[in-house]
Amino acid sequence: MPTSTASFLGAYNSVLPEVILVIGAMALLMAGAFLKGKNMLFISLAAFSILILAAVVLYMQGNGTTALFGGSFILDPFARLMKIVTLIAAALAVMMSYDFMSRANLWKYEFLVLILLATAGMMVMISANDLMALYLGIELQSLALYVIAAFNVNSERSSEAGLKYFVLGALSSGMLLYGASLIYGFTGATGFAEIASSIKTAGPSLGVVFGLAFLLVGLVFKISAVPFHMWTPDVYEGSPTPVTTFFSAAPKIAAMAMIIRVLYGAFPGITPQWQQIIVFVSIASMVLGAFAAIGQTNIKRLMAYSSIGHMGFALVGLAAGTQIGVQSVVIYMIIYAIMTLGTFACILAMRREEGPVENINDLAGLAKNDLTMAFLLSMLMFSLAGIPPLAGFFGKYYVLLAAIKADLVPLAIIGVLASVVGAYYYLRIIKIMFFDEAAEAFVPMHATLRSVLVASGLLVIGFLAYLGPLEAIAGAASKSLFN
Amino acid sequence: MEGTDLFFYLFSALVILSGLMVVSARNPVHAVMFLIFAFINAAGIFLLLGAEFLAMTLVIVYVGAVAVLFLFVVMMLDIDFAEMRAGYMKYFPIGALIGFAVLAELIALFGAWKTKSGLNVVKAPMDPELAALTNTEALGRVLFTEYVFYFEAVGIILLTAMIGAIILTHRKNDRARRQNIADQVARTPEMSIEIRKVETGKGI
Repeated sequence: MPTSTASFLGAYNSVLPEVILVIGAMALLMAGAFLKGKNMLFISLAAFSILILAAVVLYMQGNGTTALFGGSFILDPFARLMKIVTLIAAALAVMMSYDFMSRANLWKYEFLVLILLATAGMMVMISANDLMALYLGIELQSLALYVIAAFNVNSERSSEAGLKYFVLGALSSGMLLYGASLIYGFTGATGFAEIASSIKTAGPSLGVVFGLAFLLVGLVFKISAVPFHMWTPDVYEGSPTPVTTFFSAAPKIAAMAMIIRVLYGAFPGITPQWQQIIVFVSIASMVLGAFAAIGQTNIKRLMAYSSIGHMGFALVGLAAGTQIGVQSVVIYMIIYAIMTLGTFACILAMRREEGPVENINDLAGLAKNDLTMAFLLSMLMFSLAGIPPLAGFFGKYYVLLAAIKADLVPLAIIGVLASVVGAYYYLRIIKIMFFDEAAEAFVPMHATLRSVLVASGLLVIGFLAYLGPLEAIAGAASKSLFN
Repeated sequence: MEGTDLFFYLFSALVILSGLMVVSARNPVHAVMFLIFAFINAAGIFLLLGAEFLAMTLVIVYVGAVAVLFLFVVMMLDIDFAEMRAGYMKYFPIGALIGFAVLAELIALFGAWKTKSGLNVVKAPMDPELAALTNTEALGRVLFTEYVFYFEAVGIILLTAMIGAIILTHRKNDRARRQNIADQVARTPEMSIEIRKVETGKGI
């Protein structure tokens, strides 16, 4: 037992980011209640700073690996990298939400409190090294997300989105718990390391495989991979756009990190068994993401299908079951976050005098009205489609390479074909922006949105400049899962 | 041990029967009553297993809080249950089909499962020190030490749920009359009294 306060804090400083987020959320709750909804800018800035502070604290902690609370909480380089990326994505979503929420008269401080709590849940998910911690992290994240999906209580579609997400999410949680109980029953442990060693000695029993299948249902629901994607288009479309922005990046990164840790931490002994599940989910997501997006007219819906497709691609790397595979998924998720946040900065900026618009045709002739925005958005679209030398191409390149190295050539071929089909709808947006009759111009973009767009555009265009360091960081992170 | 066996079968049979009644009772209030009955019998089974803390929690939390809340909702909301069930028969065949398919899969799967004589039964060793304690004391000892992380996380989840429920349901209601003491004290005679000269025989 630690004797003094200082050594106590030293022993537990690995959970400091979570503590910062939770205490920050409660402080904001008090501040919001006493300021009575005034000082919007101050509270938004505070939420932004809390998220960044947590990321900085993580960065300062160096490269060690610590396990706390009987091994149920682990902080290794992998968790640290994914947490920092998640925190930055959440902070940018907070920054981009301010303009939209205050104009739409939706701004309430509880929105930011819930974002902080959801992010705390994501932190727990990423660090979860035990089925119970995993479940608690998922629930903390999900409960907050259900509420912010329905945040616009006066909009029927927003309430529908929240309710649909809640009902399906509760179902998936039930599946996950059923799977977890089977795994516990057949291995006698909830800790990932104990599960792995039990499988190693007892061999793959049918009950464990059964439990793993149910567990994976609950997990891939969170990254909205096919066949558990049904909620995504409706939730993306129905929720207020800043909420969709938040949904599109941070929770996906956290959930993907969690899936990686579950599969590589607890079930490395039955890789062939989960590999086939992941391969199926991956193929289905890539194909559905490519084809279902073609007919969409609403850009948020289109981005929902795009995210389904991209999650399919990330799973290609995961299916490889190797360290290079994990590295490629980490790189893919970082690139995906950069691209999607930039795209949503544009979607949030789609606003005329009378209010926000979200049809793809509203982008018509954007090049004549705002050439910078049109250029950067088309770069992001090229990148999402996977055209070299932009970032998106390298993301796909790495995951496909990992799949080929793991002898999953058919999967890689389907991936390439799906990305060709998917390129159609990304290119269509570019065509509408540059070659269609100009529509009425948007109101000028808010500085927060423009800065995110420019930053993400530059990161996408200049990807080759930081390819080496990114590869090294992702490699170091993925190595920490394999020893 | 025959006495406990007898009670086990009694409680289990009653749980199953009342479970069936929950889904088949026509009157929703009766359904909730059967649900309460099922909970109490399940608590009985826990008691037979020596888990008295779980048994009491089940009664307090599920019967005392959850089921009563159900009853409140059922009685207070005017739900047309006949209409809610209108689609039941329409979807029954497909629902039954899927149900049977899953059941058949489960039977096929577990039927094909060759159980060895030396089945690997995993048993967590019981801490001898904890074995001497009552359930409540043993739970309390680990809840705030080993499982403090989970405990705190659950607390935050509940806080989130509370914030969420308030945000989604609380609205500024202009019709609600609230007492504002500052306004009352600040009132002056000029604000509420008007003196008029009334001419005789004319009225106001």
